Amino acid sequence: MDEIFDDIERWLTKGQKVAVARVVDIEGSGPRDPGAAMAVNEVGEVAGSVSGGCVEGAVVGEAIELLEGRRTAGITTFGYSDDEAFAVGLTCGGTIHLFIEELNW
Amino acid sequence: MVTPIYERFRDSIRAEIPVALATLIEGPNLGAKLLVEESGFSLGSLGGEELDRVVERDAIAMLEAGTSEVRHYGSHGEARQHDLSVFIECHSRRPHLVIFGAVDFTRALASQGKLLGFRVTVCDAREVFATRRRFPMADEVVVDWPDRLLARIGNDLGPRDAVCVLTHDAKFDVPAIMGSLPTRVGYLGAMGSRQTHEKRLERLLEEGVTAEELKRVKSPIGLDIGGRTPEETAVSIVAEIIALRTGRNAPSLSEAKGSIH
Repeated sequence: MDEIFDDIERWLTKGQKVAVARVVDIEGSGPRDPGAAMAVNEVGEVAGSVSGGCVEGAVVGEAIELLEGRRTAGITTFGYSDDEAFAVGLTCGGTIHLFIEELNW
Repeated sequence: MVTPIYERFRDSIRAEIPVALATLIEGPNLGAKLLVEESGFSLGSLGGEELDRVVERDAIAMLEAGTSEVRHYGSHGEARQHDLSVFIECHSRRPHLVIFGAVDFTRALASQGKLLGFRVTVCDAREVFATRRRFPMADEVVVDWPDRLLARIGNDLGPRDAVCVLTHDAKFDVPAIMGSLPTRVGYLGAMGSRQTHEKRLERLLEEGVTAEELKRVKSPIGLDIGGRTPEETAVSIVAEIIALRTGRNAPSLSEAKGSIH
């Protein structure tokens, strides 16, 4: 998480809400190891990454929903399967499990 | 609003103090946090004293190994139960790369080591060579004999750390290897042709080191990728360090027979 603290500090100073998504588990090949983190503020600005760019867009959507109270904290999984080839997934064929929560701890 | 847990976590990571953050990611008290440091200091709670105690113990072990992963527990911290899932994120101290010999190859290896996140120490007894000016990328440049540096830091070396002996001179190589063998260092490599290494082995055996102990020394150093320049050699050395850590079957020069270039 070390590379995202500067942005988080800036957002917190402005009084913005911040959501944090962290890779907690991967199956198969995944581009980032457990612990990789990304932060999103309430206006959709991003710091850090949780994959090679495959799922970050979708994570921003989940984070905004969380900050607006339209979803709760919890595990979100992104994977790849043939029948959802056009949905959000990892081109490498792996599956990643993210824990998304508001930074209020 | 953030809490003292976040502030301590951020400050420890910035100050490079090893720290683990446990987050309850499945089960009651979802999102509960417990911060753990190597000293046993902790902050926060996952919701029960017994659970906290077990997770603290696991987190300290994981800090040593440098891994982050999900662990499952019973609601009171019982092993082999699956009531709760806890993600333990570890920020361990950086692995340490100690390079003996302030030669041209050292510059390239020190830069490669930094790229991979190592704390890099360059050590040479000759003060005209071991200078900050020549190795600005190193975290520290030490003018001393290898055995004396190892007497000071040897106890702190562990499985994630590496010692590379690049001096190419038995006067320095022998004490550097002898000083490294009693440590827990994960990787120990020594530069030199097959012929140089044969002679070095004889010297070490004469000094009383056993053939069994010497199996730990990777020499000629690096993977068999035909590297020639200092930069290419540095890549082959760090690749061998990675392969040893991950247990992959990559071809080491020390296992091969033919020419090293």
